[in-house]
Amino acid sequence: MSIYTRRRIANGVVMSLSVAATAFGLLWLVLVLWTLLENGIAAITPALFSQMTPPPGSAGGLLNAIFGSVVMTLIATLVGTPTGILAGTFLAEYSRGSRFGEVVRFINDILLSAPSIIVGLFVYELMVVRMGHFSAWAGSMALAIIVIPVVVRTTEDMLNLVPNALREAAAALGSPKWKVIVMVSYRAAIQGMVTGVMLAVARIAGETAPLLFTALNNQFWSTNLDAPMANLPVVIFQFAMSPYADWQVLAWGGALLITLTVLCLNIGARALASWSTFKQ
Amino acid sequence: MSPPQASARLAMPVVPSDPDVRDPQLVPGQKAVIRNVDFFYDTFRALKNISLPLHDKRVTAFIGPSGCGKSTLLRILNRIYELYPGQRATGEVLVDGENILAPGLDLNLLRAKIGMVFQKPTPFPMSIYDNIAFGIRLYERLTRPELDDRIEAALRRAALWDEVKDKLRQSGLGLSGGQQQRLCIARAVAVEPEILLLDEPASALDPLSTQRIEELIAELKDDYCIAIVTHNMQQAARSSDYTAFMYLGELIEFDETERIFTHPTQKQTEDYITGRFG
Repeated sequence: MSIYTRRRIANGVVMSLSVAATAFGLLWLVLVLWTLLENGIAAITPALFSQMTPPPGSAGGLLNAIFGSVVMTLIATLVGTPTGILAGTFLAEYSRGSRFGEVVRFINDILLSAPSIIVGLFVYELMVVRMGHFSAWAGSMALAIIVIPVVVRTTEDMLNLVPNALREAAAALGSPKWKVIVMVSYRAAIQGMVTGVMLAVARIAGETAPLLFTALNNQFWSTNLDAPMANLPVVIFQFAMSPYADWQVLAWGGALLITLTVLCLNIGARALASWSTFKQ
Repeated sequence: MSPPQASARLAMPVVPSDPDVRDPQLVPGQKAVIRNVDFFYDTFRALKNISLPLHDKRVTAFIGPSGCGKSTLLRILNRIYELYPGQRATGEVLVDGENILAPGLDLNLLRAKIGMVFQKPTPFPMSIYDNIAFGIRLYERLTRPELDDRIEAALRRAALWDEVKDKLRQSGLGLSGGQQQRLCIARAVAVEPEILLLDEPASALDPLSTQRIEELIAELKDDYCIAIVTHNMQQAARSSDYTAFMYLGELIEFDETERIFTHPTQKQTEDYITGRFG
């Protein structure tokens, strides 16, 4: 057999394996989405967005849980984004090649892959035990701790992509360093940084474990951040485990809602990223 | 255009390896004097005892094969190398009699006084207008009409005004390579520096854009002290008054451009400009 024929056969075999592996991976994603749609679409009604979580056996919706999720996600993002961006800026612009920077980067990477239940337990010990009760504040903090390493990492990566020539050009005009960063580096990296924040939001939108230990749940409408607050992941957890058919339907609805939100955020992040590369 | 005889005599060839050669002194007509400058990338000595003057309202060209240290030398003059840890320069660079390598010097003020244009065009990711306003706003508080005037003047200086006057609000990234480079030159002259450093400003450009940049250099020379690094021997011959030939971190020969290209005193210089090596 000639070298060329053997090479073509090897190519064909590896290609087939690659395609098969891709199809295998995608299959589960499609199945998950399909199952969610099949079971959840029935629960997507106006009542889902306008009524509170019901006791078993009566009609209701997920309004309080949707509200709680939005509020806690928002607070976590507001806390985590500036912190993450500043830390990422430090790593990319101020600590290049320094020992301290490497240590911070390493610790951040560990935090990035830390199981979220650990974060939940940490905040439970730190806030819930000391305050004596579960609260939306604690839930927000737990989510913020998950946001920070994601934003740190993407901010650093995006700033590292900004060519040094651009920084040199700005510095060569007599610009102080902070102005180079704010006016030039951030502008060049902004789309990627926003993408990172959106991915972080998508990540915390579906986190259950940290909220289980911190915000817990609330069957009623509550806007008090110092009290337990309903949220979609924990409600889904509770309702899906229950024996009541109407609760299970609501759980499917909530699951579909979260999935669609995360999907939209991811698509939005992708669109933003490709738009920025297209522009440059 | 050949420089006056007086300054030509002051620009005696400097052979740095010869210990008897006196340092060039600051005399009228010399904007800057580089004196016994060494440069290190960590432990690697990239420049060895460089001494030469830069004349005001003249163009000084730095030529030599890749890696000879000519860009490094240029990067010392506005201390842009200090953005990177591990790079350091020793010796003296006197600008108007003040040693700019002295510790404690305000680097931002220094760089506002000594402008630089890089090899690759580096427009900021903002509008054409803001690209130029960026540098002006750093040190001056101007009213809107004053700022508009300054920006128009800078773009006219860089021979770019006619091409961009209707799209000042569009991104600077949308311009062609040659236009981007002229934008960078406009940006550099807009802050009204005293010395202009050009690091191979035309090497990434097509011949037509290169010609425009060279015309621009000839015009800017009336107002600035210009130092240009170039790989292009014809460009050095065409647009400079003085030429420094560097090789392996040493200054081999420095003289009037005309003399360097017609009667070089060093064999290496002659070999390089005639294309026998490099």
